Amino acid sequence: MSGHHDDGHTHEQSEPEIRTKALESLLVEKGLISTDEIDEVARLYEQDIGPMNGAKVVARAWTDPEYKRRLLEEGTSAIAELGYEGAQGAKIAVFENTSDVHNMVVCTLCSCYPWPVLGLPPTWYKSEAYRSRAVIEPRSVLKEFGTELEDEVEVRVWDSNSEVRYMVLPERPAGTEGMSEEQLIDIVTRDAMIGVTRVPAPASAV
Amino acid sequence: MTEKGADRQISNMPEEVELPRDNGELVFDAPWESRAFGMAVALNESGKYEWPEFVDQLAGEIKADPAEEHTYYEKWLHSLAELAVQRGLISESELAERTNEYDTGARNDDDH
Repeated sequence: MSGHHDDGHTHEQSEPEIRTKALESLLVEKGLISTDEIDEVARLYEQDIGPMNGAKVVARAWTDPEYKRRLLEEGTSAIAELGYEGAQGAKIAVFENTSDVHNMVVCTLCSCYPWPVLGLPPTWYKSEAYRSRAVIEPRSVLKEFGTELEDEVEVRVWDSNSEVRYMVLPERPAGTEGMSEEQLIDIVTRDAMIGVTRVPAPASAV
Repeated sequence: MTEKGADRQISNMPEEVELPRDNGELVFDAPWESRAFGMAVALNESGKYEWPEFVDQLAGEIKADPAEEHTYYEKWLHSLAELAVQRGLISESELAERTNEYDTGARNDDDH
């Protein structure tokens, strides 16, 4: 197995990549596993292990107005205050979602992502579809994530690059006024920090 | 499993088989690595094997490759395939056949 083919394959596939596909296809065919389950596991572990840092940044900003001011003004240094350094020296800029403005993040060129705060980028973030459509029709993309916006809300899409990575400071949901910073960390989701969803109000607070 | 957090026995595996991390986060160098990770965890969650059985298999692979000729996830993938065969989930011959189909381009479902 050389991995080289002249049969119109556009990209070369490595040997383990091929073996992974073969194994997955057999397991799925036999009904032992579904592709959704595999996606879900990867998402869960990324979610659980990765974006914690970002959630801490958000929870701090929600509870400390002075920190929030610094975060929006100079994201990189405010994030560094909590001990998280920029990826490969890239700056991190943070934009706040409000009732009037909804920010979302994409990388149209590749998959630049604020790793230090959000961990691994989800599969969909790297997909061709998201990368092109987030810019062309952000409202439709948001709708597919279940995020319905009023017509008056302005949508701003931030295209990441090697110098600056973006993160969204989601709107603090109603009903969380009595929650501590620690409790707030738990409700912040990765998708909300990419700006494709809102932070849902916690069930206990409703 | 959607409401469950990441399983601690998977997040925190014994040192000799520890998942590659960077700054505490899981590191996958290629998409297939996260697929292989996802498959192993999902099969465990659906009760096809106990997690320590997978860990034993992987520990054996790691031990057998002291010069690290294969990457961590190559060994992970191999362990997973071995265990799937041992458990009778798939047969060695059908896996070889399917692999060959993808390798020669007879089968191709590149959609992501």
